[in-house]
Amino acid sequence: MTTAVAPPPPADAPATVLAALERRAGEPGALLPILHDVQDALGCIPASAVPQIADALNLSRAEVHGVVSYYHHFRSEPPARHVIQICRAESCQAMGAEALLAHAEQRLGCALHGRSEDGAFTLEPVYCLGLCASSPALMLGDEPHARMNPQRFDALVEQARSAP
Amino acid sequence: MSITVYVPRDSAALAVGAERVARRIAEEAAARRADVRLVRNGSRGLFWLEPLVEVATPAGRIAYGPVAPEDVPGLFDAGFLAGAAAQALHLGPTEEIPYLRNQQRLTFARMGVTDPTSLADYAAHGGFAGLRAALAMEPSAVVQQVLDAGLRGRGGAAFPTGIKWKTVLAASAPQKYVVCNADEGDSGTFSDRMTMEGDPFMLIEGMTIAGLATGATRGYIYVRSEYPHAIAALDEAIHAAEMAQHLGDDILGSGRRFSLEVRKGAGSYVCGEETALLESLEGRRGIVRAKPPLPAIQGLFGRPTVINNVITFASVPLILARGAAFYRDFGVGRSHGTLPFQLAGNIRQGGLVERAFGLTLRELLYDYGGGSASGRPIKAVQVGGPLGAYVPESLWDVPLDYEAYAAVGATIGHGGLVVHDDTADLSRLARYAMEFCALESCGKCTPCRIGSTRGVEVIDRIRAGRHREEQVVLLRDLCDTMINGSLCAMGSMTPYPVLSALDHFPQDFGLPGPSTSPSGSPSRGVEHA
Repeated sequence: MTTAVAPPPPADAPATVLAALERRAGEPGALLPILHDVQDALGCIPASAVPQIADALNLSRAEVHGVVSYYHHFRSEPPARHVIQICRAESCQAMGAEALLAHAEQRLGCALHGRSEDGAFTLEPVYCLGLCASSPALMLGDEPHARMNPQRFDALVEQARSAP
Repeated sequence: MSITVYVPRDSAALAVGAERVARRIAEEAAARRADVRLVRNGSRGLFWLEPLVEVATPAGRIAYGPVAPEDVPGLFDAGFLAGAAAQALHLGPTEEIPYLRNQQRLTFARMGVTDPTSLADYAAHGGFAGLRAALAMEPSAVVQQVLDAGLRGRGGAAFPTGIKWKTVLAASAPQKYVVCNADEGDSGTFSDRMTMEGDPFMLIEGMTIAGLATGATRGYIYVRSEYPHAIAALDEAIHAAEMAQHLGDDILGSGRRFSLEVRKGAGSYVCGEETALLESLEGRRGIVRAKPPLPAIQGLFGRPTVINNVITFASVPLILARGAAFYRDFGVGRSHGTLPFQLAGNIRQGGLVERAFGLTLRELLYDYGGGSASGRPIKAVQVGGPLGAYVPESLWDVPLDYEAYAAVGATIGHGGLVVHDDTADLSRLARYAMEFCALESCGKCTPCRIGSTRGVEVIDRIRAGRHREEQVVLLRDLCDTMINGSLCAMGSMTPYPVLSALDHFPQDFGLPGPSTSPSGSPSRGVEHA
């Protein structure tokens, strides 16, 4: 199961957050875009970023933390090098998504929301990727993959693992 | 002279290898010194044939598919650049493929035909005709066209679009907004995604017309984070439209302005509910607001706001270009125009079918879909996403029209169909509906927040056979509370899949059955809705 310890946030996190805050200065309702910028750069929204963002936007820390924890997309700890999101919604269920998920858990040696035994993959559920006419589907990073089956899943994992 | 070859860039084509196919074609063409111009079009929506490669010939576009990268040398050998038929993957003229030929593509007329990044291609295929017409009209006349066309919200609620627009036009405020709900979270739906990736200028044009019609000068497109390709395509299209003055401070030299920005969601299903979406756009948790006030009066940042789904906006340019009557004459009853139906799940020929309202589920499942992918009998079809009813065979001949579906306790929603074969356990799917609601509930109202968790527990007890009869009474009572007591559709419609499963497939819950409901009988489940 999940044993790998998440690495600490990079030392340049405050500078990254500051850059996002400056880029979005004056933009109405900028909290989500700022959080996206931070997560895109750092892989997560480190806890240390919350007070910094709250101060800049004149919000309470609770408000910022509330937003970070409300949305499934935002994470407080960085994921593994590769993130695999397997669709669990109805269309994919109708084409064997549950069996695919069971296979993935076994193959990666982790449960949903966990990190693979080798530390290279984070396994997440997702509820619809809009690839429903070609179910079951998953995302590897930002890459969509459809008509999945255990063999294709294994090939994909191997390919990602050996990628530079 | 160069030969044009089309390989789609739609996510669903990429997901089955279109990128590698395109690369292979480019390499093979270079090696053979063939003068090939590669265009990355949108998808035609015939997803079982993706990657669908097309070649432009003097006799029209010829289709080949599904093409794997290793098929490419063989295609060249067989002379596919001349549209040769002597090839196993040869499908003939694209437009003659029955699945496509037998559609009524109004909104999706350009889909898969044009290069979605090319403004010139868009204009050459009828693009911006609606915008030009709108620029020559008074705002109230534009609203009247949309009203007269009978267009209703395509996100699922089917509220008359023109009424919303009229309310915003009548409101006076220093700033008004146009917001596009592109948080397409329903399983079995992808028409919004296809539009954003495959014909993004159509959405931009529709939103611009909404701005001109209501006096709004700023627009936002709220796209779910699960759609990175759609976000990239929209950003690129908005930039191109700005450069060509189709957006900005002086639209087509008219002196009128409208600007657009894409905002990325963050994985919350309930943000597809319009007030939760507005909260999210304002930088807060996506918590549903109580209505009234309506968004048309007090929407984004407290200002009058037009908020519509992608397909609603995308339907507008054609209405302005061809006139309200042209659009209104498609459809039946009070369901005017067309809907892009989306065939998904366990279906042999999954894809997008745009047809006027009034056809039946049976036609979609068999005439287009070709039956189940597994080859087994189809047992149930969930129509309208995770909050839609499971429709049994006895109701497959009901015409797809908003009122006819409501009368049998079902909903058309955003037009998604998820097909399940006879291996599906409907009690398990009912449990999933409650589980999904528990996972995605925003937590503001009790029936949804607590009811969904209790719903999972009650269904678990029914499935385990513990006090089954009493638990079924409890489940119906719980559903009644959720339907009548929830703040938004998340809580009030989760009972649709649950009760339809219970009513039509009682045997899956260990109850006496099979369902006795004769053909065409209404579901009793949601009569209070």
